[in-house]
Amino acid sequence: MFKKLALAATLALTSASGAYAAGAEGHVEDFDFSFEGPFGTYDQAQLQRGLQVYTQVCASCHGLQYVPLRTLHDEGGVGLSEDAVRAYAEQTYEVFDEELDDWRPAKPSDNFPANTAAGAPDLSLMAKGRAGFHGPYGLGLNQLFKGMGGAEYIASLLVGYTGEEKEEAGTLFYENTAFPGGWISMAPPLYGDDVEYSDNTEATIRQEAEDVAAFLMWAAEPKMMARKEAGFVGVIFLTILSVLLYLTNKRLWAPVKNRIKKS
Amino acid sequence: MSGIPHDHYEPKTRGEKWLHTRLPVVGLLYDTLMIPTPKNLNWMWIWGIVLAFCLVLQIATGIVLAMHYTPHIDMAFASVEHIMRNVNGGAMLRYLHMNGASLFFFAVYLHIFRGLYYGSYKAPREITWIVGMLIYLLMMGTAFMGYVLPWGQMSFWGATVITGLFGAIPLIGESIQTWLLGGPAVDNATLNRFFSLHFLLPFVIAALVIVHIWAFHSTGNNNPTGVEVRRTSKADAEKDTLPFWPYFVIKDLFALAVILAIFFAVVGFMPNYLGHPDNYIEANPLVTPAHIVPEWYFLPFYAILRAFDSEVWVVIAANWLTGGIIDAKFFGVLAMFGAIIVMALVPWLDTSSVRSGRYRPMFKWWFWVFVINFVVLTWVGARPAEGIYPYIALLGATYWFAYFLVILPLLGVLEKPLPQPDTIEEDFVEHYSKTGGTKTLVDPTPAE
Repeated sequence: MFKKLALAATLALTSASGAYAAGAEGHVEDFDFSFEGPFGTYDQAQLQRGLQVYTQVCASCHGLQYVPLRTLHDEGGVGLSEDAVRAYAEQTYEVFDEELDDWRPAKPSDNFPANTAAGAPDLSLMAKGRAGFHGPYGLGLNQLFKGMGGAEYIASLLVGYTGEEKEEAGTLFYENTAFPGGWISMAPPLYGDDVEYSDNTEATIRQEAEDVAAFLMWAAEPKMMARKEAGFVGVIFLTILSVLLYLTNKRLWAPVKNRIKKS
Repeated sequence: MSGIPHDHYEPKTRGEKWLHTRLPVVGLLYDTLMIPTPKNLNWMWIWGIVLAFCLVLQIATGIVLAMHYTPHIDMAFASVEHIMRNVNGGAMLRYLHMNGASLFFFAVYLHIFRGLYYGSYKAPREITWIVGMLIYLLMMGTAFMGYVLPWGQMSFWGATVITGLFGAIPLIGESIQTWLLGGPAVDNATLNRFFSLHFLLPFVIAALVIVHIWAFHSTGNNNPTGVEVRRTSKADAEKDTLPFWPYFVIKDLFALAVILAIFFAVVGFMPNYLGHPDNYIEANPLVTPAHIVPEWYFLPFYAILRAFDSEVWVVIAANWLTGGIIDAKFFGVLAMFGAIIVMALVPWLDTSSVRSGRYRPMFKWWFWVFVINFVVLTWVGARPAEGIYPYIALLGATYWFAYFLVILPLLGVLEKPLPQPDTIEEDFVEHYSKTGGTKTLVDPTPAE
């Protein structure tokens, strides 16, 4: 055991990363999203573009089963008008109504439908269920400075296809620089100009990837703006309270401490 | 009660007297709030208030969360998302509750380290220490079961790993595990009983907190010198102490406000930093996560659990001596629970007659190594059990046991303690005359 302990001590001092550097973690690019940092907010136009990409591309295989359609109207989010939400729900999705025992067009009170047809994972929480940034050495400091990186992971994945393919046990895998392990079973979903943006933004792969990643961040954390606001008010209020209590405390103890200094 | 001599509540009006003879509740509150408290307490004595606040915060947010949560394996994950999206203020409540657990453990660890450094566990405060350790154990149980409730991947697999520990007990282990889980594996029955217990245990903790406070109100607070308050007369006691209200209430509230400002920044700006992303993936018994990691506050003990694999000589020896009954897995379980048991027994393991670490020149060093070791164990607990990490964990686990079982018993014999002040007053006067410039002792005749 002493040999082991000595070995451990020397290794710890020289290269704590030894076993780790060779891991099969994908490469995640640090995209500059508008919602990062304590003051970051969602870019409404970007979320609307992202919704368009989701609807026209992702939704053919993926679902958003935990996201209520009516929240597309919410402030601090996608911000569609109530009529637009109703029209979007009716024209885009059909849901099975147990009372009617039949399919009907979706209403704002429904959730986005689940979609497991192609065995694709639900995207409601994807931006919180993946961490783009880790470490270093398990210390979590990267996340402290760069954020969790869920949206960065999604965007990196969408632009990370190299074009290489391989077949394994009858399944086709595509090489992807962001996916852990390097090979993913999802075919490249974006080729550029997959959607036509109404605000005339050019629909490059990169643009679409960033937009849909931002939209999925909103889908996972729709109350982010309210949360940051509450955090801000809370911190300011508690800071003022701290100052007042500090002064009260100082004054309260002053006679007790002065008695010593004077004598 | 042989407490510190001080004024007691005297009912004055007829109404007060009427109540006092029937139910002395005002007197109880008065004596609790006005308890003579050593005037030299430093900023490490604020964690008790923080912990009391945490318990109230967790119960208050938890009760509202329970109104919207569904303890069923098909609905639990969705009901948490329902709280996050549809319940008014639900996202904030849940993030407060989630991060509240982290604040709770952060505070309890500092509270425990305070006790270890200043010898707060020593006679006559052993019961306070033991009750505190029981509270800490219940906190760990409550937090563990609470983490299972969102029914994410880490919830499910964490529950599988931790309940599996009981399965490692020889002969009866499997039956115990099945009894705990309510079936052969983590399933709906497990989720239901964990929800029930997660709701119950905080109230048991609250009751024990009352016992904890009662115990140290009987003995009086410890203080940074470890020297007892003079009890020879009320006048003497008053030179060493100040009433809890308002001096320490205001001081503690100030500290609490500062800590809450930081806490609110975490909740508001990075609520998921301390969580694991995998818990936003619904539990799936068919897919095991690459690394199963508990919440950060369990990591030191998780590291100790994993430190003892079948190649360590003590494990091989134990295995051979018991004819194979104690295998590496069971040894790890014993080590993990043993780590907490030796800490609970510290009042009888520490042989030094001096209470405070301030006057123990050798102890100080060993104590700070213990704190650093705790941080290292936390870190290594989150690393995969491969490469050199198990060796670091083994080194850390060894120090943990050596600290309590070898170092503390020996130090009491080997160490030559520094001179302690005769009274708390002397320490207080020395401290503040230093900052005030003139270094003269207070007038020995009491000012009247």
